[in-house]
Amino acid sequence: MEGLERIVLAHPFFAGLEAELGEVISGCARNHRFEPGHYLGHEGEPANEFFLIRHGKVALEITPPGQPEIVFATESEGGIVGASWLIPPYRWRFDARAVELTRAIGIDAKCLRDKCEADHNLGYAMMKRFLPVLMQQLDETRLQILDVYGKHGK
Amino acid sequence: MVDPFVPQPYRVGRVRRELRDVMTLELVPLAGERPDFQPGQFNMLYAFGIGEVAISLSGDPAAGGSYVHTVRDVGAVSGAIARLEAGAMLGVRGPFGTAWPTGPAAGSDVVFVAGGLGLAPLRPAIYQVLAQRGRYGRVVLLYGTRNPPDILFRHEMERWRRRLDVDILVTVDHADTSWRGNVGVVPRLIARAGFDPHHTVAMVCGPEVMMRFTASALTAVGLPTDRIYLSMERNMKCAIGLCGHCQFGPDFICKDGPVMRYDRIVDILAVREI
Amino acid sequence: MAEVELPVGAKATLIRDGLQALIEALAARGYQVLGPTLRDGAIVYGEVAGLADLPAGWTDQQDAGRYRLERRADDALFGYAVGPHSWKRYLHPPIERMWQAQRTEHGFTVTVAEEAPSKFAFLGMRACELHAIAIQDRVFVGGPYPDAGYQRRRQDNFLVAVNCGEAGGTCFCVSMNTGPKAESGFDLALTELLDGGPHRFLVEVGSEAGGALLAVLPHHTASAEDSAAADAVVARTAGRMGRTLDTDGLKELLQGNPTHRRWDDVAKRCLTCANCTMVCPTCFCTTVEDHSDLAGQTAERVRRWDSCFTLDFSYIHGGSVRTQGSSRYRQWITHKLASWIDQFGTSGCVGCGRCITWCPVGIDITEEAAAIRASSGDSKETGHGRS
Repeated sequence: MEGLERIVLAHPFFAGLEAELGEVISGCARNHRFEPGHYLGHEGEPANEFFLIRHGKVALEITPPGQPEIVFATESEGGIVGASWLIPPYRWRFDARAVELTRAIGIDAKCLRDKCEADHNLGYAMMKRFLPVLMQQLDETRLQILDVYGKHGK
Repeated sequence: MVDPFVPQPYRVGRVRRELRDVMTLELVPLAGERPDFQPGQFNMLYAFGIGEVAISLSGDPAAGGSYVHTVRDVGAVSGAIARLEAGAMLGVRGPFGTAWPTGPAAGSDVVFVAGGLGLAPLRPAIYQVLAQRGRYGRVVLLYGTRNPPDILFRHEMERWRRRLDVDILVTVDHADTSWRGNVGVVPRLIARAGFDPHHTVAMVCGPEVMMRFTASALTAVGLPTDRIYLSMERNMKCAIGLCGHCQFGPDFICKDGPVMRYDRIVDILAVREI
Repeated sequence: MAEVELPVGAKATLIRDGLQALIEALAARGYQVLGPTLRDGAIVYGEVAGLADLPAGWTDQQDAGRYRLERRADDALFGYAVGPHSWKRYLHPPIERMWQAQRTEHGFTVTVAEEAPSKFAFLGMRACELHAIAIQDRVFVGGPYPDAGYQRRRQDNFLVAVNCGEAGGTCFCVSMNTGPKAESGFDLALTELLDGGPHRFLVEVGSEAGGALLAVLPHHTASAEDSAAADAVVARTAGRMGRTLDTDGLKELLQGNPTHRRWDDVAKRCLTCANCTMVCPTCFCTTVEDHSDLAGQTAERVRRWDSCFTLDFSYIHGGSVRTQGSSRYRQWITHKLASWIDQFGTSGCVGCGRCITWCPVGIDITEEAAAIRASSGDSKETGHGRS
């Protein structure tokens, strides 16, 4: 699956990854195509894959009871969707819906978790990549909840 | 020389509702010509008997005849001004303050980053840059606001986008599912904006927290701190450096600002209650 | 008594009655003569028609949060330091109407307030006060938008300085290089001599106007002894300062310690009452109030003294930037001793000690600055220093 390995290593999330680790990860990867309106995952369902977005746009949304869905973030080309695969009970914490035609690489969660347990180098390489992304999302979310554009913003 | 302490009478010309609580007013002097202004400057607008408020100019500096201001109703004075109808009178003192560096930015890429109503004080600089498009490299506008109905100057942004020589990225803090655009904070757009950090001047305007995060994100992609400009705001009374209210560290926002270079203020921006 | 031209720098001796003649001569020339008077247990500025209006034989005991008048053993006319008033109350008045506006059929017209012309003669200005006026000159006239009202009130001033014979309990002009000797900026400078000889003043001419006025008063050329005696008075005062302030590197020290623990410490004591800003001879902050009549037909704008210690001084967008007393005290002292230098080229403090004396809880600007210096780098969070 050489072509897939190339695609995996080309994604910004894996920039600079050693080729051998790339080979291992690609063993868990497959290509996806989501039509507009289709879901990558639903809140509560098992998080079987996380996704590296190659083209398109994915909306992350939450639906409060009795209210329409609220989109709280979008991810586009170069982004990743899904970190729930890392943390038990490995279930989606929100819905992820393709806003437009979206191509993504899905990495099988259980496959990758097993490989990380077996090879801690791989595990550490994955952590080092995921944590900065999560930290940045946390920072951005904090700025979002400040609602700076509210009445007493500018 | 017009007395800078005394409001000059201006008449409201056209009024346009931009958002639920945001109006754009065109102000025409009763006598004579309106003084020239630089993008980034502001006027003190006086509502008769009520008070004054500092509002940035939001119109085209090259279009003579009137002052254009975009006003949000957030208090007694701004509310009174936002509710003025065509033909009403108000007082104007100004223009005051420092300008966006559209001149010195010639030869560079230009990135405008606007948050919420912050697009209004940047608009005169955008007009000026687009009017002399050939002097600049890439021109990028990154705009963020609370939600899609709060997007300011939407039709104008769509017009700018149709020019094909301006990159515009828009994001909102949250949206319903009818929104097909980006959701997330403005700094997220920076990584995708594709300008050359070594030859870029950034002009940032919005709520102070948004400007701080944006400036951090710009330096994180390699912009030097002396190529980033923010538009600062503080309590304004006299607007001419005599009342002391607008002090921000050693600077007076009315005469050392509102447009300030980031390297000058980066340290005190982080200090609480300075 | 000679009616010869008295050049700048000339020294003469004026006897006590000569000072009366000075006051009368100023009044005759249309000056409103203002000087120290005794009222309500303090020495404050008011109209002076003659020597009888001056607080003869009084002195003041000043310390942090303390001001008392005491009788002297002699009849010195200027035997005290400064009181709660400064000359800014005349040049930069507490309340000033700026303009009135009248609604018309098509809008409104604005009429700038016509102030009665003033011609001030300030009697008894101390060296620190001369510096304070020079500092306010830079603020009000030195910028891109000069204050026309201040300029008018500064025109035609006649300034009679007095070199201090008493150092106040809170004085530190020596630290600030602003006294006790008046060096410039005056028309005449007096040093009171009460050494057993006749009650007299050594007078130094500071300007042509000063020389011209002295020429018509009963005076003698100063003797070498009187000149030396006056120098000795000043030297004695300089050696008895109540406080000191180390200004070496002070600007960087204050601007570099915005999160120092001391700000919280002083905030526990500071009432944010704004006394210090009111008595300070250089504090210049004002606010404007817009009024209108009930019918909404006329409006006016009034400018009033304001203080950075008030909560709404820094109000924007529905809240104040400086909500805490600690940040307001930090703003005041950092502006006075540090930012002022960036803004106007000199310190904003002249070492008069009024803020120390009139603080109801006795906060001492020299003590606060020294505390920051002693433990520079002590941030609120960690509590341990870096140096």
